[in-house]
Amino acid sequence: MIGQLIGSLIGPFETFGFMRIALVACVALALSNGPIGTLLIIRRESLEGNVLSHAVMPGAALGFLYAGYSLAVLTLGGLLTGLAVAGLTALTARSRLQRQDSPLIVFYLVSLSFGVLVVAARGSQTDLMHVLFGTVLAVDVKALLLIAGVSSVTMLMVATFYRPLLVESFDPAFLRAVGGGGGAFRAIFITLVVLNLVASFQAFGTLLVIGPMLLPAAAARCWTNKVWPMIVLATIVGMVSAVAGLLASYYANLPSGPAIVVNAGVIYGLSLLAAGRIRLQPNRLEGK
Amino acid sequence: MTNSTDPARQRWSASDILRRIRAGTAPLRQSFGISLSTLGHRTQAAFAHYLDSGYDPGAPSQDRRGDEGIVVRNLSVRYGARYAFEGLTGEFLPASLTAVFGPNGAGKSSLLKALAGIVRPATGDIACAALARHRLAYLPQQDELDRGFPITVAELVALGDWRNFGSVREPPPRLAEDVFEAIAAVGLTSIADRQIDELSVGQFQRALFARLLLQDADVILLDEPFASLDEKTTADLLQFPRRWQGEGRTVIAVLHDLDCVRRHFPSTLLLARAPIAWGETSVSLSADNLARAQEALVPLNSARIGRVA
Repeated sequence: MIGQLIGSLIGPFETFGFMRIALVACVALALSNGPIGTLLIIRRESLEGNVLSHAVMPGAALGFLYAGYSLAVLTLGGLLTGLAVAGLTALTARSRLQRQDSPLIVFYLVSLSFGVLVVAARGSQTDLMHVLFGTVLAVDVKALLLIAGVSSVTMLMVATFYRPLLVESFDPAFLRAVGGGGGAFRAIFITLVVLNLVASFQAFGTLLVIGPMLLPAAAARCWTNKVWPMIVLATIVGMVSAVAGLLASYYANLPSGPAIVVNAGVIYGLSLLAAGRIRLQPNRLEGK
Repeated sequence: MTNSTDPARQRWSASDILRRIRAGTAPLRQSFGISLSTLGHRTQAAFAHYLDSGYDPGAPSQDRRGDEGIVVRNLSVRYGARYAFEGLTGEFLPASLTAVFGPNGAGKSSLLKALAGIVRPATGDIACAALARHRLAYLPQQDELDRGFPITVAELVALGDWRNFGSVREPPPRLAEDVFEAIAAVGLTSIADRQIDELSVGQFQRALFARLLLQDADVILLDEPFASLDEKTTADLLQFPRRWQGEGRTVIAVLHDLDCVRRHFPSTLLLARAPIAWGETSVSLSADNLARAQEALVPLNSARIGRVA
């Protein structure tokens, strides 16, 4: 009985190469999305992250227009527009606490529509669906290397610059005053966000790409008040939702990207309910 | 690609890989005339300069304390078309304790931000050696910090010792002791392990003062340090600016409470979008000057109300 269960959990990955590649890709992405998503959440920049994910779209679409499905061109295009927009928002935003939401929303809608128009001009409905929702199961070895590379770089950078990255999120004026590099770490962080968005673009598409980044971190935020455990928990939630999503898509013949995101969403919802009950107990509010 | 080789066939040690990287990049390096060690040194220097310039361990440089003030010349700060304040010229004397006083919207916080290097002045310049040496501390208004951020009181206070660990290094072993001392000095010992989102406004301000204590800066800028604090907390925290001045530090505080300024601050800059008076507190805050400060902002305020309401 248990053997059967384990068999059905492992079987699909044993049998099909594309399932294995998708699994490795999702696990690698979960490893870097854990820290990046956690940082986005505690910086209260989920919206900015979402906007950046759409900023990748026009560049990738233009790349598609010129070269079709070439990973290198798509990646380069997405990276260029993503970084350009990141630089632009860094210049315009004075501080997180007086940010302006409406220009960001306008930008996100326009770049999404522009991307759709560009893809529709040359490609088919299927191409459009791929760009919007991604195809986890179509990740090839080249894309996997990109994902693994970005994931490794992200983890190394976050591990090295953990302290200044966190302080910059909390009190940038302090970091500048003590000479910790100030804006440099904001730039490093945004670059890492864009890199991760670009790397997971093929797997999740422009509409879903922010999901595996933010949802596990948001779920982890419900459970702990410390950053380091939050990152670990977000990574675990990311991996669990990826495996569950891939299996669901295999057995129920569902699109895999949305299945993974829905799984992460379910975990987030449960966390919110469960942790909310714990957190709202009166003794926690005493100190306020 | 050295790393994509089948690991079963050949296992490389780290030194093997390093040797191969050296050999592989040799022609490139030779053509640019850079040896590996200079490249390493340059990377290190660039890192220290751009990402970790605050790492400066060792004894605090007390010898220069007491002769470092801030000199400003024709200083203005502008947001878009509107000047926050303009035309400020003068000197915050070394080891002085100055209050910046004025009506709402007078540009007091903007002045402090300019001195701290957070906003760029529209005109004029600031001579402040402490800023360049990262020996300037700035206490922002409370609402500028995200109180929901997951950090404990002890962690927050420990950051004050930044110059001894910088961006990437291991903190020195005596950090825990220093942090404990600073936390005790502001009376937060019992809640050192709490998250900051569990603190009251007063407790949070105490924690930020503890961080200032550890920061041990030569110039200390305080933006509304006692706003919305209860009497006990205000009284407890008010001892610090005095003490800092006595230690030869230059202290500048933006304040709203006239009584508090008169009682505790020897010199005052009265600001109302332009300097009204700057000098000894009793002179600066004469009834005449205070009336002029009020008047300086009246046209602006009434125009605002007219347009908005």
